[in-house]
Amino acid sequence: MQTNLRSQAGPYFGEFGGRFVAEPLIAALDELEATYLAAKADPSFQLELAELHKNYTGRPSIITEAPRFAREFGDMRIFLKREDLNHTGSHKINNVMGQALLAKRMGKKRIIAETGAGQHGVASATAAAYFGLDCVVYMGEVDTERQALNVARMKLLGAQVIPVTTGSRTLKDAINEALRDWVANVDSTHYLLGTVAGPHPFPTMVRDFHSIIGIEAREQMLALTGRLPDAIAACIGGGSNAIGIFHPFLDDQDVALWGFEAAGDGIDTPKHAATLSRGRPGVLHGARSYMLQDEDGQTMESHSISAGLDYPGVGPEHSWLKDLGRANYFGISDAEAMEAMRLLSRTEGIIPAIETAHALAGMKHLATVLPAGAHILVNLSGRGDKDMETAGRYFGLLGDK
Amino acid sequence: MSITNEVLERNRESGRGTLVGYFPAGYPSKQDSIDSLVAMAENGCDILEIGVPYSDPVMDGLVIQHATEDAIANGFRLRDLFDIIKGVREKVDTPLLVMSYWNPVLSYGVERFSEDLAAAGAQGMITPDLIPDEAKDWIAQSDKHGLDRVFLVAPSSSDARVENNSQSSKGFVYSVSTMGITGERTELDRLARSVVSRVKSLGTTPTCVGVGISTADQVREVNSYADGAIVGTAFVKAYQQGGLEALVAKTKELAGGLG
Repeated sequence: MQTNLRSQAGPYFGEFGGRFVAEPLIAALDELEATYLAAKADPSFQLELAELHKNYTGRPSIITEAPRFAREFGDMRIFLKREDLNHTGSHKINNVMGQALLAKRMGKKRIIAETGAGQHGVASATAAAYFGLDCVVYMGEVDTERQALNVARMKLLGAQVIPVTTGSRTLKDAINEALRDWVANVDSTHYLLGTVAGPHPFPTMVRDFHSIIGIEAREQMLALTGRLPDAIAACIGGGSNAIGIFHPFLDDQDVALWGFEAAGDGIDTPKHAATLSRGRPGVLHGARSYMLQDEDGQTMESHSISAGLDYPGVGPEHSWLKDLGRANYFGISDAEAMEAMRLLSRTEGIIPAIETAHALAGMKHLATVLPAGAHILVNLSGRGDKDMETAGRYFGLLGDK
Repeated sequence: MSITNEVLERNRESGRGTLVGYFPAGYPSKQDSIDSLVAMAENGCDILEIGVPYSDPVMDGLVIQHATEDAIANGFRLRDLFDIIKGVREKVDTPLLVMSYWNPVLSYGVERFSEDLAAAGAQGMITPDLIPDEAKDWIAQSDKHGLDRVFLVAPSSSDARVENNSQSSKGFVYSVSTMGITGERTELDRLARSVVSRVKSLGTTPTCVGVGISTADQVREVNSYADGAIVGTAFVKAYQQGGLEALVAKTKELAGGLG
């Protein structure tokens, strides 16, 4: 197998990635790439971002071992990287603070963002408030309903939330609408894309901003257990929290990488969002990657109880890691995820986001493929407060309404 | 030289100017789209543009989004495109370009798509989300099959990109008039003149201007500095409001803006 997997700088990851966008956006992508590369090489930028993470985001995030949860699956040790404890409640803030600093550097006064579960929208609205930027968040109408609390949070933070009523009215269509806004307002506006999909430089840049998760976790695990974990697990929709924790371990060949996709009603039903397990390569939202499409190349609607994983595409670096065999991807159904959400809540007193619960449900599968006594590091990418409406209905906790 | 170029050159030399008309394939049905495109050709469109309905049309405004969504809902399949091209070709010899987002072409296979386009009698393809940098396969296949390939240039494009995209194009290069998606604009951007003059100063590739053109005055104005005006939304909207009759009237009205 190829070594030095960490050094990929885009625009391509093998045959994946690229810039499949309309010409009017190319100048903005060039400007963003140049700004990012200059910032990356500038110690004052790195210092400013590190200070923000320390004093605002609340980094480094801690590691919590989950022994009572682990016991349910057999002989293994499970360690949770607590991105749920970050300001705004998920990993999304890591990327948002980085890109907001870049927007400032480019002199852009307005940011736009897409959001599925609302976590990226909340993080973007937070950064906009902090830096004094105008903020518009596009959100599929379906998602504004199932994530109503996050809509309220974004509005309270001063952002404008625009429900998207075209197409499947979910994350995919929110991205389309953000791209349409961007092309019309590119001089004043930065598109603060929230995942590792999209045209170059987004997949590499967003990955770099999230790789702090894995960098911290690698040191923390060495300090805590004296060795690297046997496996790392993360949920995967677009793939930002997964790549963030995977990336610093890519060249550690003995560390297995597991991404858990949303299998909706079941991986063998038509209603799922398991892009890597069941899709095929194509072009969506500016990059070549695995995607869910019909035989005519029309994007298919994805299905998941989790708004944040309900996306028919995935970041190109994951497609590359899948084809290389470096990372494994596995589908988790709605029912399995919800059971894992309840189990972690009851055993450890930690309520995870439904997205994150897909990674936790993956422990059942890992118990069958890893040796006894294995150490597993799970990216606890977000907290479940936003999901109480969905969980309340699912588990019948809300009484008569 | 392709017949697209011949039409553009003839219309430029005669002082008439050129009207390029867009209509979605399969909207609202296969036969309706054939009849519409034929009517547009017979009533003043010099070049036809057949849009391929696609699930994620990020360069299109609501009018075209809704029309192409309807086409898909009404059962449009990619293979129907070639029947529609043949159906138009049986009636008129107007140059005919397909406009498609890239994934349907990629999914069909670039080589097979190019073969089938040529065999059906189309002159080539406009690719709104494919830049020449990513188009190695399409450039090779369009050369092999003698097809026009129309890339975009935009007000935001650097001079180097204007040059590269113009030189990579065959037939004409598509000048995006304004920074935005398809739809009607009351005033055409001064940016349109500027991007066209940059194309003209760099070489001999003809250029047509699109995005936002909806009136006879705008068609006339654009033809005073460019090789043609591309109209889409205004035709689709006319059809939505009054069917084939309204589409014919709109075509005559806009062609009336020509010299």
